Amino acid sequence: MTTFARTDRSVLGRWWWTVDRWTLAAVITLMLSGVVLIMAASPPVAERIGADAFHFVRRHFVFLVPAVGLLLAVSLLSPRGVRRAAVAIFVLSVVMLVVTPIIGNEIKGARRWISIGAFSLQASEFVKPAFAVVAAWLFSEAKRTPGFPGYWVSAFLAAMVAGLLIWQPDFGMTVTVLTIWGGQLFLAGLPLIFVVGLGLLAVGGVIGAYLLLPHVTERIDGFLNPETADTFQVDTAIRAFEAGGLFGRGPGEGVIKSILPDAHSDFVFAVAGEEFGLFACLLLLGLFAFIALHGFNRMSQEKDLFVMLAVAGLLIQFSVQAIINMGVSLHLLPSKGMTLPFISYGGSSLISVAICVGFILALTRRRPEQGRSA
Amino acid sequence: MTGDFERVDVRIAEPEVDRAPVSATLRLEGAVKEASDTCRARMFVLAIAFCAAFVVVGGRLVEVMAMQASDGPMAQSTVTAPLGRADIVDRNGLLLATNLPTASLYAEPRRIIDPDEAADRLIAVLPELDREDLVAKLSTDRGFVWVQRNLTPRQQADIHVLGIPGIAFMREERRVYPQGNLTAHVVGFTDIDRQGLAGIEAHFNRDLQSRAAEDDAPLELSIDLRFQQIVREELAATIEKFSAIGGAGLILDVNTGEVVAMVSLPDFDANRPTEGDPEARFNRATLGVYEIGSIFKVFTAAMALDAGVVNMSSGYDASNPIQIARFTIRDYKPKNRWLSLPEILVYSSNIGAAKMALDVGAEGQQEFLRRIRLLSETQVEVPERGRPMIPSPWREINTMTIGFGHGLAVTPVQAAAAFAAMVNGGILYQPTLLRWNSDLPPPGVQVIEQETSDQIRLLTHLVVLYGSGRNAQVPGYLIGGKTGTAEKLDSRGGYAEDRLLSSFMGAFPIDDPRYVIMLMVDEPQGIPETYGYATAGWTAAPAAGRIIARIGPLAGIAPRNNRLPELPPAEGDADEQLEAILAAFAAR
Repeated sequence: MTTFARTDRSVLGRWWWTVDRWTLAAVITLMLSGVVLIMAASPPVAERIGADAFHFVRRHFVFLVPAVGLLLAVSLLSPRGVRRAAVAIFVLSVVMLVVTPIIGNEIKGARRWISIGAFSLQASEFVKPAFAVVAAWLFSEAKRTPGFPGYWVSAFLAAMVAGLLIWQPDFGMTVTVLTIWGGQLFLAGLPLIFVVGLGLLAVGGVIGAYLLLPHVTERIDGFLNPETADTFQVDTAIRAFEAGGLFGRGPGEGVIKSILPDAHSDFVFAVAGEEFGLFACLLLLGLFAFIALHGFNRMSQEKDLFVMLAVAGLLIQFSVQAIINMGVSLHLLPSKGMTLPFISYGGSSLISVAICVGFILALTRRRPEQGRSA
Repeated sequence: MTGDFERVDVRIAEPEVDRAPVSATLRLEGAVKEASDTCRARMFVLAIAFCAAFVVVGGRLVEVMAMQASDGPMAQSTVTAPLGRADIVDRNGLLLATNLPTASLYAEPRRIIDPDEAADRLIAVLPELDREDLVAKLSTDRGFVWVQRNLTPRQQADIHVLGIPGIAFMREERRVYPQGNLTAHVVGFTDIDRQGLAGIEAHFNRDLQSRAAEDDAPLELSIDLRFQQIVREELAATIEKFSAIGGAGLILDVNTGEVVAMVSLPDFDANRPTEGDPEARFNRATLGVYEIGSIFKVFTAAMALDAGVVNMSSGYDASNPIQIARFTIRDYKPKNRWLSLPEILVYSSNIGAAKMALDVGAEGQQEFLRRIRLLSETQVEVPERGRPMIPSPWREINTMTIGFGHGLAVTPVQAAAAFAAMVNGGILYQPTLLRWNSDLPPPGVQVIEQETSDQIRLLTHLVVLYGSGRNAQVPGYLIGGKTGTAEKLDSRGGYAEDRLLSSFMGAFPIDDPRYVIMLMVDEPQGIPETYGYATAGWTAAPAAGRIIARIGPLAGIAPRNNRLPELPPAEGDADEQLEAILAAFAAR
């Protein structure tokens, strides 16, 4: 690999020597695994909808190239640049969230997509990383400038985004955004008594959603009581995992994947299980865990509160998404539409995680000036 | 550029250093530092929580993939003795699935002296093998590889004579389906290791294995091969006649919920499931969900009668189409006048059904549909089970359109089970593919009152006598039923006028029903004989009539009359007859 001399002071040279190369390597490995898995998982789905076998593979590539570019470009930003970009993305995606339920396309009972030309855009994907950074800024500013109502503004933004997401309705995204906010609130030094209170509130929120939103009721009933509900997808996923065993059936040998409806998106992990086996699944899981834990570890040397909170928020988003997706396909959690970062098919989701990881890489770059002031 | 962020700090702090007392700045800096320390400590807690979550997912992976793998297909391909598998038979004991002993050829590559020579000699007997692939397999130093599964006796003898060292046979059993296509969607199929992959074979995979280990009693299905054959034949003929893309046919025993015939076309040969169009493996009867159109008016009528919202002589004004939001609800053959309940069904009035549904209300409608299990996953013993597509949110317009069968998609088998409850005295039985071996009725739920059910029998009978179900009439059999013609959704979410789904749902004998029959024809095209029509009255209804005429004698139902004796005698033309009947209702 071409590298840069230590003394290279160009933008790219400095980037190469300050960026977190371990995380970068893990992300690239994830992207490559994603390509392999999409090739395995999507042809049966494409055939089912009447497209040619490599329809999704081609579209995945169409998104992958700009996603990689975006990830690298975003990782060049300074913390201030990250903040500005996040504010801009946040405002844009909130506007899109407002118009989506009005002009969006209804798919499976929810309006989550806006068509732009041949592509459809899912605004809720973009709001997550932007929100994590904006909230981190508000929290850190509240600490730095007494009297700045950062907590209240962030609470207001969280409530607004959650409200817009429930309107669609998109319960999974709502949970993610509220988890990011709750996690950052906890890190920002919320007194423990409130932490407990907030925890109870979260439980209350889930129960409330269960009682008030019919599609949530259905999903959770289905999880708790598999006899009565639509568990075809989850059952099939479990069969795929079981069939895979330790070493898998081998690439392209999957049988059960061909009857798994969302094999290319929400249940891609099951295809990994069937074709590549337990060890490959553990490897994927390990990559996600590595990115999360390595990030948290790197933050333990960080001195800047904004950077700490922002990176933590982004890592929470990334990991929660991965854990929920894998948990659902392993029937640990009730079924919920959530993509597996960098692996699942889905343009909006891919671009969004690219932005998320780009932000993380930008914020975790070593800044030599850091030592001078706290 | 990396310094930008620090400058923010400086800009806030510096002016204060000039004016404010030093201690204030220090306190502020101290607070920020303290916050960072708290943050760092709590981040550790968070990291541990995530670590735990990842470990749980990993643990579950190991549990699912390593612990249970012992009875998964992977473990089956080892040399251990394969499990047995019980036969599957129809309700009269006729074989649907059984096993044949065969020999399979395997190699112990470690003991093979010359892979090239061995490969050449094997290919002389088994020319379908790929030489390169085989040489590669035989050149490894593994202890066991399959060469070819399930040889014919001749192939086995020929290879035996070759006497190649390191090549041997294993006695195996192979799953065979003597009925081929006929019951393929019901029985399903297994993989080469005889693990069920679809249908009954998959749902009862473990059960079939343990039966074989215990008493080897066959699994008895509710299917009657004779009925199955008749339904498949008539459905296939109808599909061909109207150039349709497929269809489904069902016969249910109304008093037990037993599925006596279940056909989904196109189908496939269960002995060679992977050959041919994968679309043929799609079970339209249990997995496909469809808006079945006007058949739903029967459910709406039962709901409204049961709730006391209408009676046999009340009705609704159907003189004008209903305008709601950007939709217009109009009748296919408008009468432009007030219609009584029987007329709403006989003339299949969308306006009347919509108003009736609206009178019951969205909540009452949802409660009723949930009660007759049209809002939950189909319950039947195959893994290919569809889940209804339910509008969310459920607006007023949905209440109205569902009243006449649009906007709610259900599987044919769950619709048929619900219809059985409408005509059998009001008891809903879960549809089952297993034979009910008892004289007692299976557990059922009373979903509508006996009286409502009696009225529905009469109403559906009138539809067959005077309405769109006329072509289902068969001399000698008392039939009740309803047709449904729905426009299928196109890819953009609208309705496609030229792609129809034409269905008939009926019961007979309608004075004391024994069977429910449902036929669905997917995208039939009109033909000159039907004046270009492809609606249910011209496609599904006549086929249902032919099926009833053929299975009636098999079921021991003696031909009597095709008109309920309690109706006033038929005098004059159809309109006059119907008028006399309506007058009799009004007089009651």
